[in-house]
Amino acid sequence: MEILELAWIFEWLNENLLVPIVGDGEFGILVRNLILACSVFGLLSLIALCLVWWERKVSAHIQQRFGPMMTGWHGILQTVADAVKLIQKEDIVPALADRKVFFWAPVICFVCAFAAYIVIPFGDGLIVSDLNVGILYIIAITTFTIISLMMAGWGSNNKYALLGGMRSAAQAVSYEVPMALSILGVVMVTGSMSMQEIVKAQSAWYGFHWNIFFQPLGFVIYVIAATAEANRTPFDLPEAEQELVAGFNIEYSGMKFAMFFLAEFVNMFTVSAIATTVFLGGWNGPWLPSWFWFLIKTLGMVFLFMVFRWTYPRLRVDQLMEFAWKVLLPLAFLNILWVGLYEEVFSKW
Amino acid sequence: MEAYVFYLFAFIIIASGIAVVTMRNIFHCALMLIFCLFTVAGLYVLLSAEFLAVVQVLLYVGAVAILMIFAIMLTSRLAGREVQLSNEQTFVGGFLALVFALGIFYAVNATYFVPSDAVLGRENSLAIGKLLMTEFVLPFEVISVLLLAALIGAIIIARREGN
Repeated sequence: MEILELAWIFEWLNENLLVPIVGDGEFGILVRNLILACSVFGLLSLIALCLVWWERKVSAHIQQRFGPMMTGWHGILQTVADAVKLIQKEDIVPALADRKVFFWAPVICFVCAFAAYIVIPFGDGLIVSDLNVGILYIIAITTFTIISLMMAGWGSNNKYALLGGMRSAAQAVSYEVPMALSILGVVMVTGSMSMQEIVKAQSAWYGFHWNIFFQPLGFVIYVIAATAEANRTPFDLPEAEQELVAGFNIEYSGMKFAMFFLAEFVNMFTVSAIATTVFLGGWNGPWLPSWFWFLIKTLGMVFLFMVFRWTYPRLRVDQLMEFAWKVLLPLAFLNILWVGLYEEVFSKW
Repeated sequence: MEAYVFYLFAFIIIASGIAVVTMRNIFHCALMLIFCLFTVAGLYVLLSAEFLAVVQVLLYVGAVAILMIFAIMLTSRLAGREVQLSNEQTFVGGFLALVFALGIFYAVNATYFVPSDAVLGRENSLAIGKLLMTEFVLPFEVISVLLLAALIGAIIIARREGN
């Protein structure tokens, strides 16, 4: 299985193709990072396209329909057709919109959705940069998504958009707290915030020494908070159709809408990848290559989020806030208390 | 290379800082402030202080700036209106700013910066955590209590207005 490890292939390509051409000085490093950025971008765009199709299929089968069937095998090319359609659309800006803010909002949302992938370990050695503050970096960079949604809400000069933007900010700020606290439990056990260290700490028991077995409460809190962070049902108040028509992106059309849409799916993949890395052992696993394990676990998490979306009704705004501050937060503290007790008392018996 | 990046960041920080106080639309001012604070985080990364950079983004962009934008959004009469930027205290303010700038200039000039070849370890966030929990545990706790007091104060003010 060594031969199937992508890290090995990349290493080989780097040594035999890239270094002879661009060298390994400052310029070479710049070129290599550029190529890395482009390949991560391409891979994730492809994944997001597939996820859009998958979401439609999952929703259809949950509702006893078929979903897209006409374009390609079981409608697999439907998203490509939709994307082509969106590119062709006219770029409409509302007359009274704040033009600069209106333009930059989808750009920031799009860029920040991809920025998190600098520290996601796709496999053994498959990581763009293993920052020693990895997990904290992701939590920090995702706050820009909130800002971009608020910019979209403000820039559109539309009441529904403004309400959607404000809801998203209030929701994200509230749910960030239990999310960070649930991850803190794992950081306490690992003693490091680096994503690779967190994965390596779970490699015992033939790759099944997962944090979820020791902190099930932390995992549940993370999944709930992550659903809220990704603005998905039952926490999709920023874009609640029945109340806000479309929420923060109501005035967006064409490519700008596509950027918001794609970023949403990339964000869902991000929170699933974090859940995989932090709680489900990351790329650890027997027999199969590490990147394959990562994909299986992450797509499993994505499937879970999709099932949530199509089987649960939406929360009310007041319920949403009460749930974050009065239920999730105390539970997150309880989880930290449990982790501390476990580390100091039970694991030493 | 590093020097160029530094000058680029420094230019962006100063330009966006000026934009914060000169722009007419208060929402744009807030966005420029975010940009400025984010670039300061870039400077920290350049200095291999990743932890400080991430905390800068998390606290200033993620909490302070979002609260500011939230407040702007809630004051609906500000929407689309241009705000007046100066009042009759222009000269006093300008004088104070000048004094402050001179003070900083003097302090920077008077300090002798020791050049060091020490390489910052990969585990510098670990070292920060250890220091906070051992040597600086008292200041750390005092700040926590201060923040808690501010939090309780905010809740009490908000409740009074509610009644």
